[in-house]
This record gives sequence, structure tokens and C-alpha cells, in this order.
Amino acid sequence: MSLSVTLTINRVPRTVQLDDPRVTLLDLLRERLDLTGTKKGCDRGQCGACTILVDGRRVNACLALAISHDGADILTVEGLSDGERLHPVQAAFIAHDAFQCGFCTPGQIMSAVGLIGEGQAGDDPERVREGMSGNLCRCGAYRGITEAVIEAARAMAETAREEAA
Amino acid sequence: MNRFEYVRPRSVAEAVAAAAVPGSAYLAAGTNLLDLMKIGVARPARLVDLNHLPGLDGIEHLPDGGAQIGARMRNADLAYDPAFRRRFPAVAEALLSGASAQLRNAATVGGNLLQRTRCAYFQDTASACNKRRPGSGCDARGGENRLHAVLGWSESCIATHPSDFCVPLVALGAVVEIEGPAGRREVPLRDFHLLPGATPERESVLAPGELVVALRLPAEAAGFAAHARYVKLRERTSYAFAVVSAAACLRLEEGRIVASRLALGGVAAKPWRAEAAEAALAGATPDAASFRRAAEIALAEARPSGDNAFKIELARRIAVRALLLAAAGTPDRLPALPASPFASVPGGFHG
Amino acid sequence: MAEIARMRHGSSIGQPLTRRDGLLKVTGRARYAADNHPPGMLHAVLAESRIARGRVAFLDVEAARAHSGVVEVMTPANRPPLAQDPDDKSVPFSFRLDLLQNDRVRYAGQPIAVVIAETLEAATEGAALLAPRYEAEPAEVLLDAAEAFVPPAVGVGGLAELWHGDVETGLAQAAQRIEATYETPLQFHNAMEPHGVVAAWDGDVLSLDMPTQGFALTQARLAALFGIRTEDIHIRSPFIGGGFGSKLLTGPQVLGILAARLVGRPVKLVLRRAQMYGPVTHRAPTRQRLRLGAAQDGALTAIHHHVRTATSRFDDFFEPSASVSHTLYAAPAIATTNEAVRLDTGTPGFMRAPGEASGSIALESAIDEMAEACGIDPLEFRLRNYAEVEPVSGKPFSSKALRECYAEGAARFGWAGRPLAPRQMRDEDGLLVGWGVGTATFPALMFHGQARAVLRRDGTGLVETGAHDMGQGAWTALVQIAADSLGLDPDRLEFRSGSSDLPDAGIAGGSAHTATAGGAIQAAGEQAIARLTELAVADPRSPLFGAGNIGVVARGGRLVRWDDESRSEAFADILARAGLAEIEGRGSAATDPAMVERYAMYAHGAVFAEVKVDPELGQIRATRLVGAFAAGRIINPRLVRSQYYGGMIWGLSFALHERAVLDSRTGRVMNADLAEYHVPVNADVPSLEAILIEEEDPHVNALGIKGVGEIGITGTAGAIANAVWHATGVRARRFPVAVEHLV
Repeated sequence: MSLSVTLTINRVPRTVQLDDPRVTLLDLLRERLDLTGTKKGCDRGQCGACTILVDGRRVNACLALAISHDGADILTVEGLSDGERLHPVQAAFIAHDAFQCGFCTPGQIMSAVGLIGEGQAGDDPERVREGMSGNLCRCGAYRGITEAVIEAARAMAETAREEAA
Repeated sequence: MNRFEYVRPRSVAEAVAAAAVPGSAYLAAGTNLLDLMKIGVARPARLVDLNHLPGLDGIEHLPDGGAQIGARMRNADLAYDPAFRRRFPAVAEALLSGASAQLRNAATVGGNLLQRTRCAYFQDTASACNKRRPGSGCDARGGENRLHAVLGWSESCIATHPSDFCVPLVALGAVVEIEGPAGRREVPLRDFHLLPGATPERESVLAPGELVVALRLPAEAAGFAAHARYVKLRERTSYAFAVVSAAACLRLEEGRIVASRLALGGVAAKPWRAEAAEAALAGATPDAASFRRAAEIALAEARPSGDNAFKIELARRIAVRALLLAAAGTPDRLPALPASPFASVPGGFHG
Repeated sequence: MAEIARMRHGSSIGQPLTRRDGLLKVTGRARYAADNHPPGMLHAVLAESRIARGRVAFLDVEAARAHSGVVEVMTPANRPPLAQDPDDKSVPFSFRLDLLQNDRVRYAGQPIAVVIAETLEAATEGAALLAPRYEAEPAEVLLDAAEAFVPPAVGVGGLAELWHGDVETGLAQAAQRIEATYETPLQFHNAMEPHGVVAAWDGDVLSLDMPTQGFALTQARLAALFGIRTEDIHIRSPFIGGGFGSKLLTGPQVLGILAARLVGRPVKLVLRRAQMYGPVTHRAPTRQRLRLGAAQDGALTAIHHHVRTATSRFDDFFEPSASVSHTLYAAPAIATTNEAVRLDTGTPGFMRAPGEASGSIALESAIDEMAEACGIDPLEFRLRNYAEVEPVSGKPFSSKALRECYAEGAARFGWAGRPLAPRQMRDEDGLLVGWGVGTATFPALMFHGQARAVLRRDGTGLVETGAHDMGQGAWTALVQIAADSLGLDPDRLEFRSGSSDLPDAGIAGGSAHTATAGGAIQAAGEQAIARLTELAVADPRSPLFGAGNIGVVARGGRLVRWDDESRSEAFADILARAGLAEIEGRGSAATDPAMVERYAMYAHGAVFAEVKVDPELGQIRATRLVGAFAAGRIINPRLVRSQYYGGMIWGLSFALHERAVLDSRTGRVMNADLAEYHVPVNADVPSLEAILIEEEDPHVNALGIKGVGEIGITGTAGAIANAVWHATGVRARRFPVAVEHLV
């Protein structure tokens, strides 16, 4: 079978010839498509640094085989902001100093976007903390992360209400 | 990771046929298999990708109150299915206490059943492991084994099964539906996983090429919805495997237990249903003394397999805790910290 | 005092600016070393030893080479020659590296080969196919396994033995005595960014994308190893994905450079997570015996802090855990002694608060045990033993606002009314609740750093220094210092950093980077302004003519007469009239030996912890942490709070979570991953607060900065351990506290 996959990456459809069936989505993005915003921290689904959205759901890109994701819609941190206008989660991360070294940050942000989309946590700090626990931050920016997610969730809910009105 | 042949079947029949080739492995999400391939524990020659099969990814709520769950359904989708949560709250709570949101979004129901042990010696290809390489020995014996099995282990293997999901499932009498070269069959979950004995490499009753296609919860299981909990002791507040865990489900009438289900996790190579303890609870009052007696019975045959004697008492205590929480009633909404001892309990428990 | 400081330092220092690198970091555009991919680049993957001692008898190089995509396999047989033996120790704190110098194995996880391939997948599988065979020898990896000796020094030149006063008499005369032994585990840094390098050679010119906490140090070592000139080594390290002391030069990175040399193409080598548990240093395990004596009123009569720790079989680094006992509590007699064993492990090294972290949790636990023995509130006990001068040296502190830390931290936490006895408090769910306190301290250090500052005719400024940002906020805090020293708005400043081609800013370590790099920037800025002032005051056409240097300040892009604000002139106008495109200042900063001679210089803090413990199951959660810290001048309170939070979470991790599990039979780390080597997750940190206590320090350095990166671990770990006791009545003396200790 041909090792070709069609993916929509950050809203752009692309057909990618895979040189190897072993390539994960993470290594496809980082090593072949120059989308290095997504980070590799453990490569085993244990740290969350590689979190991306696949078909709107947050997953660990390191444990996803690219060949198996033919047809998938992928959103990475590079595709999050609308031009120079930051996504509310990105803006909130800056405002709340929700990172230090920044390495886990793209994964945290994509995870937060996924979390808000899931609609299970709302702005309950304990549910946000639990929901963000798949993203390790060794610098220890958790307080800012939780505050940023809550603020972004509220801002997005507000925007959604305004748009509905 | 070794190079492998990649096959993408379009039907279950095609999948089963493709997997008949020796050295084949089914690929669902891959959250466990790919990890094992990366560390050299699994080296399949052929991956049969289930991700493009039609169906098998939803839940059907049966008219009798039971449910049939497609094996490809994602853990998170199942946990967040409103009707499923209402009928089988302990299962939803267990699902949400496992792994991380990212992994739950990917991992499938079938894959959860079949995940491999976290035993460090199984994962370390330089160590002797009868499960990974039959006959090579067990370096976990006499090694770092404080979290290993206390029930059902053998001299050849002391590993535990890591699933949270399976614990309430086995308590509730779930049934595994299997397709294979020889056709379709059903196996109760309690008989699905195997204890190690002398053949720890055999972890389930699946024959080569057989595929889990669905999981069924019987109507009877929904009868416990008002009193069903899962509790999990962990070494961090979230994103950690169980030291020990327990699922407890009760049916109460006029202050008496008319039916009960109890299962333990983190204690054995399979999710451990404690039927003798359930029997002892029949007709008892739902109080700490009854629950403690049941827990004693559940762990009656436990023995340490290494530096893990403490787990036996912890397993008793978590069984008691799960039963107490179940007796108190299923909360309207799952706690913010699912299955955690730190999930707030109205009225308190320990006083 | 504060008013003068504000005038001297202008308006940028002290502002809670958001990070200047924030936009890059939230959009994924911040480029870390492994994000680089020069044309023609190959991927290299390490193969590491699975035995701890012996030799590699066989590597199946043919099998690896035969794997499609594999280009080359580097082993001791074909590794390019080096100009310096990797085991050379001619420079102190130049650690021995494992660079395939022979077939010996001296610890599990040691690199034994490198596979280079067209793709990462091929290189990874090639490394697996090497299937090494070994001749193994018995290995020793536990603290008890080997014969102990007294190390020549601990930490960086610390005394292995220090006796002050008569400890035995102090103990003999004490009304209360406690003796307790505490154990701290083997720990690994586990920065989120794995160590890596992208290396490219052009003749003898070497270009590197590589996270490093020290440019000059790394260049010097690489120059010696490869026999090339330091100025031919160009290192880019704009962003470090966490260092914590592990990102000085590591062996695996040098192997990546060697691989590039071997194949004549650029090479990327990045460690797998499991490979970060061996060749990139760690915090050694310790066993610490504390003997304390106290009079009935709680006044300490003696402290003896004895440490047993471990180093590798082949190199020296000794975790200086006892040093905290030199400074923290007043006692007429203080002794610190050390012993060590040699084990078949990688060499330990600097891990966030090396010595202070492990020593603090033991000392703070012992102090708490003594407070309990004396029947005194643990905070009151600490106040009764408050050190007004550094106990072992008698030197005054350059500044010490610890009393204020205790007071404000206690007030904020609500310490008053805490029951003395343990197991007295429950929450509404029936969980056991305990409160603990710990004192935090960390020395105020400086290294040698340099900087260059330029004022340009267009009214902008440029500041250059090869500083390292690993999350402290160097890109922001250093600009704030630069802005004030040049009298410019931060937005008018270009800041170049993160490259070895710039003036060296010294290593990012010892919580000293802002003081060092910032001090150099301050000096460079002052020189640029002084030169500009010379031009202006000597020029009859300037409104500042005749003002004299002392009478002029730089503010808002203008020189302003001190005594008459109406007389001022824009930098640009001064430069234009002088016909200059720009004017430059250079500056450096280093420790002032006279101050070190005269003063004890430390940051201090007080940390209060609340834990909840499940009474039956023993699961612990640190539900509330409040830290109050005094660390001299605060450049940016937003960044500083983040540093404290991070340090406190490390303290939480130390007390409750992280521990590497070694199989004593093989010497292998059995939890070399992030699933089983537990670091805290978000849910472990429900409530965290850091209070910044104002502190003016006129002595510590020109900027009055003490450093904030490491102090948060100290105090916190002990506070949590003490809170666990207060909740449960169980005094855990082995860390992290495990569930089986409590049930």
C-alpha cells in the first residue's frame, strides 16, 4: 500500500508522501514539515508537550502514527492565532505568566484549547487543574496556567454569548 | 521501532484475515502499542490498522437497560456519554481517573482491556521477564516490586494489570464480544484476562487473530447506578497508575444490601472481582463493620510478592472506602477529581 | 532610601512587565535547539549501556548498518580523534565525559555507540539493532554498598568538615536532645526539553544549536577537546527548555558534534527521555544524621549535621547538604561533617539548589522535631534561634529580612492558633489536616559577566550580553536593567542575547545570573552614559554645559541636570552634534571580594504548608503553600513570583514525589521515564502564594540583587514534611514520603 496520507494541517490540506510507516504525527510535523512549535518531551505520552488537536480533540502526537491518520484535521500551535491576533488562551498565558522556559507551553496551550472545547471543566479551578494534569511543567508554572485557562474559558464563553445574541 | 508492514482493512472480516499472518498486531489508537514498540518490547512484523473500519465506535443503549459499546469507541467519548454516565457512573469515574485527557481522547475501549502491564522489568528489554520472553525468568522477584501483585501471582510473574476501566467493568459483569478466524464468541470479562500461572505471556483468552469488537454491560449492571463508585489510591493527585483501587456497587433496600459488586485494581494480573466478599455482604447493613468484614474476605488469600505487603492492607481499606462511598450514594455530578480520595464528600467520611 | 533607589534606577526596574519573549513562546515560534534543521542534516541516536560496570564485548554494527537509512555507526573503533582526553581533569569542575574513549562501562546509561541515519526512525532502530553484549562486573549503586571516605571538598570548594564551638559539650549540656537520620533519594533534573545538539562543521569552525547554561565554559571545553579556537565555536542558545543545572556541557552533546565530524554533514542528536537518567548528571542520594541539643527554653546549644552521599566511580561531585546548617540557626556549637562513597553511577552534579535542597529538608525536619521535643510552636522555636549574625563565621548579614518573612507569611497563611500536637485538625470531609513551616535560604552569589551597551543616534539603544534564558525571564529582566542604566524606555532597546558570539554573561547557575549579567549591563550602560555626559558637559552648545558628571542623570532618552530638570538634552542631539553614529559602553560584574570578606550574603524566606492526608489510605495533597521571601531588589515581581512558585513546586516534589528507583542488582534506573518518575502535575498544586518582602541590600552587589531561582525549594520541602507530621503524627524521615510510611 502507498505510504501517502492526506492531512489538513492548520486549515491547509496537504498530501504527504511518508518515507517510512513508523513516522509519528509528532515527527512528521517536526522533522518533515518544519512545524517545530509542537515539542517532544518524552515521546511516550507521559508529558503532554506534543499535544495537538486531531479532529478537534487534544491528543499526544507522539503516540499517533501518521499513516493511520489519513484524512485527519490537525491543528498545531502554529495554526492557533488568527494572523497576528492571538487566541484568547495564548493571550491569557502571557498575561498570567503561565510559562517559564516555554518548552511545554505549546502543548499546554493546545491542551487548554482542547479542554475548553470539551466543555467539561468550565471555570472550576479544580476541574481545570485535573483537566490540565496531562501536561507536565517542570518549571512549575501551574498556578499561572490554571488562571490563564480559567480566564480564557470565561472570555471565550463571553464571546460566544455575544455572538449568539 | 522496527519497520513493519502496514495494512488498512475496510471490514472486520478483512481485519481478522489480515491478522491471521503470524507476527501481526492490531493497531487501534496505539497509545499503548506504539509506546511498547518504541521501547522495543513489541516488535510486530505487521500492523493491522483498525482506525478505518466502519462502525464499532459508538454505544448502543439497549432497551433492557444494558449497553453495547463498540471496541473502537474512545475512552473519553464513553465517559462523557450522558446516558452511559447515568447508568454506569462507576465506569465513567474509573475511565476519567485513568491516564490523561489526551490519552483518553485517543485510547479505545478495546485497547484499554488489552493494555499491557506497567511492570518495569517487562518494559526493560535488558531484564528477565517471563511475560516478554517466556522462560527467561522474572527480575521483578527480588527487584523493585513495591507496587506489584498481591493476589493471583505466580513464581513466574508478579505483574499487575494497569486498567482502571476494567475494575468496575468486571464488577458489573461486563461481557467481551470477540470476532476471530473461528467466528464470533463472547467471554465474560471476569474470564477474559488470565492469571499468570506458568504462562504469563498469555494475558487473555484471545486466540491469535481474534479481535475484540464490543463490550456489553448487562441490564442488571444499571441497577446499581444509585450506589456505584470507583476509588483509586495514587502517588500523585492525577495522571498516575493506581497503587490500589476498588469499584463498589450496591443495591440497597430498606437499609439492607440486597446486591453488591466489588472489584479491586492494582492487585493482580487481572481486574480482581471479589465474589466471596459480595456474598458476605448480602443482607448486611451498609456500614463500616460489614464493609471491613467483606474487605477481609476479599483479601483473604493475598500475600506479598516482594516489598509490597503494605498493599494488602491498603487494598482492604480502599475496598472499604469504595463501599462506604457507594453506600453514601452516587453524586449527581462526577467529582472534579474523579476517583480521588480528595474528591469532596458531602458529610465527610473519616470522622 | 527607596526614593533614592527609584531615582537612581529609574522606572523600569520593579515593574511587573510581561515577558518580552512571551509572544514567541505562545505561538511556537521560539526556536529551541532541536527545532533546527540545517540542509543535509542527519539524525544521530545514542545507544546506551544496560550494565553498570564492565565492558562492551560486542556491538552488532553490521546489523545496524544494514538497516535502511543508516549512514554510519560511531563506536570507539572509529570515533574521530580528540585533542584532549575526555577524562582530563586539568580544569576544576570540568567533569569527565563519556565520549567513546574505550569499551569500558562505568554506569548504566553510559553512551556506548552512536547511530547516524537519514531519518530519526532509521537511527533509532539502528541503535536498537546494535544489541550489545557485555562482560559485566558486579556493580555497587547503593549508599550502603561501598566504603565511605571523607571527600576533599563538597559542592564547589566547600569544607568537608567544619567545627565551630564544642558540639559534644553543647549536646551534653542540653535539656533536650534529638538525633535523627533522614534519607533523600537519587533525583534527576528532567527538564522538559531533552538535551540535544544540532552540530555543523565548516572546516574547523563549529556551529551549534545547543541549550547551554554557560557559553564560555562550554566553548572552552569544546575548544580543548577538539583542538580548535574558542572564537571558532558559535553556540546559539536563545531558549533553554529548562536546565536546573543539567545543561552545562554534557557528553551526549559532544557525541553529536563528533558524529557530525565523522560524517561530514550536520547532525542532530537529541536524547530520549530514558537517556536523561545517566550521562547528564543528577542529584546524589544522601543520608543525613542530625544531632541537636536545646536548652529548656528552646535555645539551641548544638547542631551536628553529618552527611553521607555518593559520587561516581570516576569523578567527584559531593552534594553539600550540610552547608545550610552553617547559616540558618544560631547555636554556640555547630559542626558539619561529610562522607561519601563511590558508586557505579553517572557523576552527580548541580541540580537546582544543590546541597541546599537536600540539606534543608533534613535540617528543617530536625528543627521541627526539636521544637516538638521542647513543646514550642515550630515558628516560635525558629524565632528563638534566629541568627542575628552568621553563626559559624560571626559575620553580619549584608541584609536579612527573615523576621518579616516569618511574620507576613504566618499572617497570610493564618498560622496563629495552630494546635501544637499532631492529628488535631480535620477538614469537612474528615481528611487529616496539618500545618508546617520551614525556613528558606540560598546564598547570594555572582559569577563573572560582561556586557556592551550602545546608544544610537536615532535615539534607540542596543545591549548585548550572552545571557541564558531557561525560564527565569532573562529576555525581560535584563532589558529592564538595561533600560534604567541607559535612561531609555524598554521599547527603545534592542537586546541581543543567547549567543556565544556576544560578551559572555557568565553561567546561568547559582541563582546568580540576573545579578551577574544585570550587573554587567548596568556597568556598560553607566559607561555609555558617562561618555555621553562627557561630550555634553564639555560642549558650550549643550544646555548641560558645565554640569559635571555628577550632576546629570539619564532619563527618557535625555540627559537631565540633577538640580534643574528644565536643563536637559536628548541623547540623539548630543550624538548628532558630536558627529557620532553611536556611543558605546562596556561593563563587567563579578563578586566583590571585600564584601564577601565582610558580610554573609543570603536570600531568606519562610514557607508555610498545609497538607491533607487521607487517614486510611495515606494519600497526601499539599493543599496550600504560602512562601514569603526576601531577596534584595526585585527587578520584575511577576517573573520573580514565577521563580518562587517553581521553586516551591520543586520543594513539593522533593517532599512528596520524585525519586529514582535503582535496581541494586543491575544498577539500572527502573523508572527512567515520566510516568513512574513522578514530578507534580497541575492537580498537585491547588494553592500557591508567594509574598515579596521588601529588602534593601547596599552590599551584595551594585544592583542589590540576591537571586530567586533556587531558594523556593528550600524551606518548602521541610515545611511539607513537617505538615505531614502535624497531620498524621508520623515523622517521615525518608523522602519522598511514601504511602507505606503513613499507614
